[in-house]
Amino acid sequence: MSELPDLARTIVERAEGSEAVEAYLARGHDTEIRVFDGEVESLSSATSAGVGIRVILPGESGEGNRLGFAWAGSLDADVVDATLAEARDNARYATPDPDVVLAEPDGRAAVEVDLWDETLEKLATQEKVAMALELERAVRGADPHIRQVSSADYGDGSVEVALASTTGITAFTRRTSAFLSVSAIAGEGADSQTGGGFSVGRGPGSLDPDVAAHDAVLRAVRMLGATKAKSGRCTVVFDPRVVSTLLSVISSAMSGEAVVKGRSFFAGRLGESIAVPSVTLVDDPTDPRAYGAATYDAEGLACRRNALIEAGVLQGFLYDTVSARRGGTTSTGSAVRGGYAGTPGAGCRALVLEPGHLDQDAVLASVGEGLFVQSVTGVHSGVNAVSGDFSVGAEGLMIRDGKLAEPVREVTVASTLQRMLQSILHIGSDLQWLPGIAAGQTLAIADMQLSGD
Amino acid sequence: MIESPVLERVLHEALARGGDMAEIFAEDRQSQGAALDDRRIEELSSGRERGAGIRVVVGETTGFAHTADLSEAGLLAAAEAAAAVAREGGSGVRTVVLGARSAVGPTATEMPESVTKATKLELLGRADDAARSTGDAISQVQVGYGDSRRRVLIANSDGLLAEDDLVRTRFSVVCIATGDTGMQTGYESLARTEGFEVFERVDVDEIARVAAGRALSKLSARPAPSGELPVVLAGGSGGILFHEACGHGLEADHIVKDTSVYVGQIGQMVASPLVTLVDDGTVGGEWGAFRVDDEGRPAARNVLIENGVLTDYMWDWLRARKEGRLSSGNGRRQSYQHLPMVRMTNTFVLAGESDPDEIVAQTPKGVYVAKLGGGQVNTTTGDFVFGTTEAYLIENGHITEPLRDANLIGNGPEVLRRIDAVATDFATTPGTCGKDGQSVPVGCGQPTLRISGVTVGGTAA
Repeated sequence: MSELPDLARTIVERAEGSEAVEAYLARGHDTEIRVFDGEVESLSSATSAGVGIRVILPGESGEGNRLGFAWAGSLDADVVDATLAEARDNARYATPDPDVVLAEPDGRAAVEVDLWDETLEKLATQEKVAMALELERAVRGADPHIRQVSSADYGDGSVEVALASTTGITAFTRRTSAFLSVSAIAGEGADSQTGGGFSVGRGPGSLDPDVAAHDAVLRAVRMLGATKAKSGRCTVVFDPRVVSTLLSVISSAMSGEAVVKGRSFFAGRLGESIAVPSVTLVDDPTDPRAYGAATYDAEGLACRRNALIEAGVLQGFLYDTVSARRGGTTSTGSAVRGGYAGTPGAGCRALVLEPGHLDQDAVLASVGEGLFVQSVTGVHSGVNAVSGDFSVGAEGLMIRDGKLAEPVREVTVASTLQRMLQSILHIGSDLQWLPGIAAGQTLAIADMQLSGD
Repeated sequence: MIESPVLERVLHEALARGGDMAEIFAEDRQSQGAALDDRRIEELSSGRERGAGIRVVVGETTGFAHTADLSEAGLLAAAEAAAAVAREGGSGVRTVVLGARSAVGPTATEMPESVTKATKLELLGRADDAARSTGDAISQVQVGYGDSRRRVLIANSDGLLAEDDLVRTRFSVVCIATGDTGMQTGYESLARTEGFEVFERVDVDEIARVAAGRALSKLSARPAPSGELPVVLAGGSGGILFHEACGHGLEADHIVKDTSVYVGQIGQMVASPLVTLVDDGTVGGEWGAFRVDDEGRPAARNVLIENGVLTDYMWDWLRARKEGRLSSGNGRRQSYQHLPMVRMTNTFVLAGESDPDEIVAQTPKGVYVAKLGGGQVNTTTGDFVFGTTEAYLIENGHITEPLRDANLIGNGPEVLRRIDAVATDFATTPGTCGKDGQSVPVGCGQPTLRISGVTVGGTAA
C-alpha cells in the first residue's frame, strides 16, 4: 500500500487554528520509447512526485475566506514544510470571499472504477521497445506509398494520487495507462501527405498496433493528390476523432465556473432547446470504458453521471465546490486539476454523445454531397468558447454520391458553435472511446462555410 | 547547484557502459503567479521545481532519466537508468574533466523575490479598473501575473560546463464584452525575460485598455470573409505567421528525418526577395532570449532566409552532430523532465522599406490583421493556420469594419512567395510554442507586410 495517504494526512494535521488545509499528493512513473528506422531513437524513464497545498484562512466577522496555494515537485519533508508555509502566506493576500471553501463529504458513495493494470509493472523494457518497432514495421510495410515514418512511440505510465483535507476528505486513487502512436508520411512524386494513428489503454494488453498502423496509413495515403476546394456552403461530416475535439471545446461552455463568471453562451439557458432533439450529452466518469474514468474528482468527491443535454434541451452544468456555491447549487463532483501544480476547477472527464443508428458509410450515403473532415488544425486559435465563433483548418475528402471522393487540403470550415448544435443532421452509431475527455462518433452538420479558393 | 567533482563523477558513471556523450541538465525553478478574476484576487500561488535530467547518447540512441534528487546518490541512480540503453562492451572508461565555472548573473535588476506580494497584486487591481473604465459593455475581466526564476546548469562529457539564470515576467488581461450580438473576447499580454523593472517602463493600464478595446470593437464586428484575399498583417501583430509558415519547417529534426517541405532547399529562393528571416536568441529582454541554450551552447543570431534565399536550418547538438557541424544554439527543453530538441528562440522578419500606411492604401480589398492569436503547422505538407483576434476589412485602401475571429490557412512556401510588401515598422510579441508535448517561451517579430492572397476562413460568402 502506498504511503501517500498517510503523508497527506500528516500535512493536513498541521493546520493552525481555524484554517482549512487540503493536501494533494501525486507520484508517477513514466516510460517513453521512440523508434526511428528500426532503431531506438530515445528511451526515457523517470519517476516524479509532487505536492499541491491549499490553505484557506477563515474571515473574521463574516467578511469571507481567503485562499492561498503553493506547490513543489518533491515530497521531501523540508520541501513540504516550506510549501505549506508558502500557501499559508499566499492566503493572506486573497480577496475575502464567503464562497471560497474546501469540499466537504457529501454522502455520495464512490463508484469504484478499476483503472490499474497489474501487467504493466511486469513488462520488460525490451518488450516495450519491441512493440514500438513492430508498429513502425507495420506502417512501413502496409502500403508502397508510405515513404517515411516520422515517429513511432510506445509510452506508459502509472500514477498514484492521495488527497486529504481538514474538512474530512480522504481519497486515494491510482491508474495506469499505455499508448502506441505513429505518424506516417505517404508520398507520390513531389506530393507528401501525413496521417497519424494511435491505440490507448490501461495496459499493454489492450494496445493494438494494427489499428494504430492501419489508421495512420489510411489517413496519409487517401490524402495523396489533395487540392484546395472551392469556397461555398456545404454539409460537413466530421470523423469521430474530430468530434471528440469538438465536444471538448463545447464542454468548456458547460463548466459552472464559466457560467457563474459570465463566460458561457449557455448561461441562463437551462431548460431551453440548444441543440437538435437527437442530441443527448452526458459526462459519466463512472463508465470504465471512458479514457477519463475516475472514482473521485479533484476535490475528493465521488465522480457521478451528469446529464448536460437531453433531447436537445440544456439540463445542467458541471460544478466544483466553489463555483457551485457561487451559482447557488452543490458540486456535481466535477472538479478537475492539472496535477499537483494546479488548483481545482470545474470540467468534464468523460463526455459521451448518445450514438445514433447509422454507421459512417450510412451517414455519408445519407448526406450525399459535402465534405468529410478527417482532421482539423488551429482549434486553439480559431474556436472561441465564449463567443462561439468557430473556424478551423481542415483536411479530408469530398463526399460525392454518398461516397468519399477526391482529397481536399488547405481549407477551413466555419460556423458558430451555437448554430452547429442546431444544425446536426446525423449522429453516428460508431462510438469510439478516445483519449482525452470525450468519446466521439461520426457527426454530420449542415450548412457550414467551406473556405478554399 | 552541483559541485564540479560531483558532476564529473556522475558523467563518468553515465558512460561506464559505453556511449558517445553524457550530459547533466540541472534546473531550479521558482515561480509565482497571481490571478484576478470576477473582481477578486482569487489566487496567489507559488511553485518550486528542482531536479536534473541525464542523457546518454550511444550511436543513434538516446537514453534519458530524470530525478528530483540532486544529491550525488540521486544523480548516480539517474545516470545508471539513462545509461541502460548503452550496449555492453562500450569504451568503458572515460575521464571527464569539466571546464572552469564562470558566474552568470540573473536577467533582472529587480528580482521577483525582492518585490512584495502586495506590490505585485496592486498591478492586477489597477488593470481590472482600467479595463472596466473603458465601457459598460466590459462584463468580465481576468488579469494574470507571473514571474519565474530559472537557474540551469549544463555539464557534458566533452567538458562543457555552462550556467544560466533567467528571470521572466509576464502580465496578461482577458476582457469579455457583452452586447446585443452576444459576447466577444479581447486579449493582450506582456512577457519579457526581465524582472519587475519592466513595470517602470510598461503601463499595465495600457495593456488592459488594449484588451478591452479588442473585445469592444468586436461587438459590432461582422463575420470574416470566406475565400482567398489579400491580407495585411500589422507590425507586431504576432509574427506567428513566420513561426508557422516556415520556422518549424526549418528545424533540423524535421530536416534530418525528411519530414519538412524545406528539405534540400538551401541556396534556393523559398520566399519573396523582400523577406529576410532571422532566429535570434541573443536579443536581451525578449521572451525567447537566453545566454546559453538548454544544451549549454551560447545563444546566437542565425540568418535563416536572406532576401528570399534559404541560408540555413536551426540545429541542436544531436542533429548537428549527424551533419558534422556545430549546434546553432537552438537546443531547448521545457524542463529537466524533458529531452532537448530543436526549437526557435526569437524569430524575426527584418524591416523592409515600405510605408505601412501606403501598404494599406494600395490594397483595394482585403483583410487587415491587427492582432493574431495562435497557429499550427504540418511541417511535411507546409499547410498552416493562424488565427486572428483583431481584424478589419480593407475597402478601397481604407481600414473599415471590424471582423469576428477566424483562422487563415495557407501553405508555407506559397505564402512566403506571395509577400509583396514589407514595411519599416518592426515590432515584437511574445508567445508560447508547443512541439511534441513541450512548451517553451518564444518571441516573434515582424513589420507590417502584405500577402497578395491567402485563404480567410470566415463565414461570410
